[in-house]
Amino acid sequence: MTLTDSTVAPQTPSGQPRNGTDWWQRVLHYRPPQRYVPLLATAGVLTTLYLLGRANYPRFGRPQVVLNIFIDNSFLFVVAVGMTFVILTGGIDLSVGSVVALTTVLSATLLSHGWPAYAVLPLVLAIGATLGLGMGSIIHYFDIQPFIVTLAGLFLARGLTYSISTSSIPIRDPFWTFMSQERISFGRQSITLGVVIALVVILVGIFVLGYTRLGRTVYAIGGNEQSALLMGLPVARTKVAVYTISGFCSALGGVLFTFYLPSGDPLHAVGMELDAIAAVVIGGTLLTGGSGYLVGTVLGVLTLGLIKTILNFEGTLTSWWAKIVIGLLLFAFILLQRLVIARRR
Amino acid sequence: MNELLKRLTGHRLFWPIAILALLLITSAIVSDDFFSITIREGALYGPLINILRYGAVLMLVAVGMTLVIATSGIDLSVGAVVAVSGALACFWISRLDDQNSVGGVLTAVALALGLSVVLGAWNGFLVAGVGIQPIVATLILLVAGRGLAQLITEGQIITVNSAPYATIGTGYLFAFPVSVIIAAAVTALAMLLTRRTALGMLIEAVGGNAEASRLAGIRARRIKVLVYTFSGFCAGVAGLIYSSNVRGADGNNAGLFIELDAILAVVIGGTSLAGGRFTLSGTVVGVLMIQSLTTSIYAMGVPPETSMLFKALVVTAVCLIQSPAFRAKVFGGRRWAARTPRAGEPPGPGAREPGHRVEVRA
Amino acid sequence: MTDARPVLTMRGITKRFPGVTALSEVDFRLFPGEVHALMGENGAGKSTLLKVLTGAYTADSGTVELDGAPVHFATPLQAQQAGISTVYQEVNLCTNLSVAENIFIGREPRRFGAVHWRELRRRAAELLARLQIEIDVSADLGTYSLAIQQMVAIARALDVDAKVLVLDEPTSSLDASEVSELFRVMRRAREAGVAIAFVTHFLDQVYEISDRITVLRNGRLVGEYLTADLPQVQLVKAMIGKDLEALERLEEPKEKASAARTQNQRPVVEAVELGRRGSVAPFSIAIHAGEVVGLAGLLGSGRTEVARLLFGADRADHGRILVNGEPVTVRTPRGAIAHNIAFCSENRRTEGLVGELTVRENIILALQAARGWARPIPRRRQDELVAKYISALQINPPDPNLAVRDLSGGNQQKVMLARWLITEPRLLILDEPTRGIDVGAKAEIQRLVVQLADGGMALLFISAELEEVLRLSHKIAILRDRRVVSEIANSEGVDADRIMATIASGAQES
Repeated sequence: MTLTDSTVAPQTPSGQPRNGTDWWQRVLHYRPPQRYVPLLATAGVLTTLYLLGRANYPRFGRPQVVLNIFIDNSFLFVVAVGMTFVILTGGIDLSVGSVVALTTVLSATLLSHGWPAYAVLPLVLAIGATLGLGMGSIIHYFDIQPFIVTLAGLFLARGLTYSISTSSIPIRDPFWTFMSQERISFGRQSITLGVVIALVVILVGIFVLGYTRLGRTVYAIGGNEQSALLMGLPVARTKVAVYTISGFCSALGGVLFTFYLPSGDPLHAVGMELDAIAAVVIGGTLLTGGSGYLVGTVLGVLTLGLIKTILNFEGTLTSWWAKIVIGLLLFAFILLQRLVIARRR
Repeated sequence: MNELLKRLTGHRLFWPIAILALLLITSAIVSDDFFSITIREGALYGPLINILRYGAVLMLVAVGMTLVIATSGIDLSVGAVVAVSGALACFWISRLDDQNSVGGVLTAVALALGLSVVLGAWNGFLVAGVGIQPIVATLILLVAGRGLAQLITEGQIITVNSAPYATIGTGYLFAFPVSVIIAAAVTALAMLLTRRTALGMLIEAVGGNAEASRLAGIRARRIKVLVYTFSGFCAGVAGLIYSSNVRGADGNNAGLFIELDAILAVVIGGTSLAGGRFTLSGTVVGVLMIQSLTTSIYAMGVPPETSMLFKALVVTAVCLIQSPAFRAKVFGGRRWAARTPRAGEPPGPGAREPGHRVEVRA
Repeated sequence: MTDARPVLTMRGITKRFPGVTALSEVDFRLFPGEVHALMGENGAGKSTLLKVLTGAYTADSGTVELDGAPVHFATPLQAQQAGISTVYQEVNLCTNLSVAENIFIGREPRRFGAVHWRELRRRAAELLARLQIEIDVSADLGTYSLAIQQMVAIARALDVDAKVLVLDEPTSSLDASEVSELFRVMRRAREAGVAIAFVTHFLDQVYEISDRITVLRNGRLVGEYLTADLPQVQLVKAMIGKDLEALERLEEPKEKASAARTQNQRPVVEAVELGRRGSVAPFSIAIHAGEVVGLAGLLGSGRTEVARLLFGADRADHGRILVNGEPVTVRTPRGAIAHNIAFCSENRRTEGLVGELTVRENIILALQAARGWARPIPRRRQDELVAKYISALQINPPDPNLAVRDLSGGNQQKVMLARWLITEPRLLILDEPTRGIDVGAKAEIQRLVVQLADGGMALLFISAELEEVLRLSHKIAILRDRRVVSEIANSEGVDADRIMATIASGAQES
């Protein structure tokens, strides 16, 4: 006697094609696996926005416009990757913007005191990772909510930033200048090295989440932490790891930020955590954890970047309209996620 | 004596009050006239009064936030509502022929509060009606609301010169600052509403187990809409006090990050972010603590930028001490009450924590 | 079949929690190739003992020996690596991951350092096929029923080459055919030499599958017995230690109540072609005052769905409800309560009690909700009412200010009952009120049902245990596959076989 479950339709297109008409029916009735629907929705919105831009502005269609989105948001990509890891476990990291700022100010200060680049870079990355490690440890071992701990982290990092410097410090280090000005060109288009670094980080992130035990444990914890524990998964290690990763990504994001804007300033990256969270949400990852793809976050960052680009092209609209539009967009996506989940039941 | 001491330290308000006392005493040591209160022209002055005055804005926001958090929710948009409220009021007043007309000021106040209530209800509708997660739902207004405030002020700072409006933030009544009286009144109102009626218990039930509450016949939706609307209202009042204090509206900076301070105050006070049991008196202590911290730092001559650092340290300390896990690990394994569940039952997940939900109950 | 030497020996295990000693000097041993049932009432310490064994808890004193060597597990992972695998009652797997991944997570096959997905899926399908389970292993676990999820959990446990397999109440949510499946798998494992510890409340199942029985009571060991040598009566006596009177009443079929008593009255609540797509097909049922209507059927047949529709917990899209002959709108629990319908859900923890609120608050919750927040019940009246029900239902400990989550399962169930009884309903719907609670409390609740009916209340009684339904009901509605297939008066000649036959024949009709 076999045990089968007939109450659930498997995730495949329905029907068997017998002839040409049925094939067409199959296309019409095709339902993508439900787990990918939010991603497709984001991609759809992204495409729609892009086409709107192309329709309205003559020079929007140039390839460099898209590449510029990558250039202008390279740091956000990296930060959002770290944020995705954390959110997938069901947590949140509010400290990312402050760590970015801390990194910029720390780098600028050290460089202005004559420290060499090869000493500064590893140091700031290590500091970011250590802050993350600390927060993750407190969150897990003392069982305090991530919101509060990373909030304290936000204050700590921002406070440290202010105590190092209260004003902007320019960066004139030759390595930095190189990194910020160097371009890789293909024909008439070009990207910065920051974009390359961001792409590498994204690819590594996708690999880790999809193909390593660490990544799969992340999803397990987000799905049901208690079960993950009882299944013998290294929950403690993984939870601490994701915050460390996020801290590292924030620091790296800070470094990329200084490649983009060569200065250290305690007012940098104020509210960047919100951008990262918005990107993750728009990308289809659930804030409760356990569900979502890094590709979605990438699309989310692209969407945010595209909105800003469109507003730039529009010219007359000012930055507060950007906020309102992003707010509305968030609303639309969240509504969509809600509908998808409701249909899933 | 030992028994009394144990009960005292076990009380959930003990550590917050203790740390508050410590802060105040330290400040008094460092700056001699910290505890001095003077009366000038029938009005009380002094650092302690300043703590109350500057804390009024945070107090209002935190009180509203407490009830929202108790329903397992959160309201990230309060800062934006503070900004919008002040912006609308000042916008209206600045357009009046006579900025000193009481009628005009009252209209401005009514409009600002009305909009704040609508925004709060909007949040409530998203959370209770549409079923969106509170973090996400209020995130929308956090972003869009700030834009709205900036839209009203057109990115500029609107200044007003209105004596009636100024009394909200800077006036005195019976020697007490009006802002403090307003904050105290709203807080008292909240306490009465929740503890003299069944509202408090129903809020705690909704936050404790939403589905069980529904099946018990509690109108969870109504209650949620109510608390978010109230939070909007509180933020609106806070916005009026804030803008009255600075005699203008700054769409960019008003209320910036105040939601974080408010959440901190609520948590320090002893209400759990996961929802359920809440304590308004705890929130009051939490607000006083945060405000004293800021004021003490100022009194001690430490640069204000470093206040963030101190905030971080104090918050971390309080949260650690409040965490049973921390207490058990550091002070000995006896009171290991948090993680190990009742004998005979499987270890339940913290199934109500917003960050750790097992089921996707969107 | 059984080796002379136990593979697992636990000696003198003691475990204390704040305010209660869960285990006191308990011994437990497992031989390879046996199924060993661990039994006892709630609060006896069964789950605690298992958690000590599997490393979820650390004992305060006592020793654990595996294969003769002393071991100490600080984490479930260590226990797992030593060869002790556990399947918990709530199936602790991750429903957001695929079936295949749930089986192998933590030990995924890898290629060049990366998870080899195709191999993972292949191995998972193979493993399940060996247990004769055919499902799509790449689908998310959450899309499958609880029974299937449990089988996946067992497959995972077996695949890690467990020496000891611990099953903590695996059959609570399974229907008869699923239980047979489970036992088939267990027998396979037993033949392979695995030592299986099996916690359950179901006496029949214990006698069907286990070789040995250990009984705990109040945290102490009562005894270890060979199943074949222990008559049911003695087993229950060992478990509840009370006198046999309650027991005898359970053993003999109760006098079947006459259905004629309610014939000429108007039904208190009547459903007319009430249904909801995806939930249950339109049904009609009438419940009279003083009548107990039982719902019988396999798991998933729609009994809870029927109850939820009557209570407005789910919205019907077909049909109507009549209360005392008048059509009413019951679309929300609130609406139902307004018409004096009460519903005691089967999921105490998720749908019933608010854990951190006190016993008092939980009891008055529904009553207060009906009055609205603006009209609080005066404190004195609250105390009166609460004290009355605590004593009437013998809720223990009788302290109304305890957080309800600190009570044992049986007492929590009583608090739930008190909550609804206090609203003085016309119709009380009880969904699995005796599930997961000890024999003594079960008897009390069954007595209560009879008492309430005698007092004029209409009751709808749902239970997976046919004997219970037969014992208590005047009328039985039989469900199969989300449809009411038959309604019979519970008269002479109606027994479990007759009901099972009706369920079976219901299938052939479609």
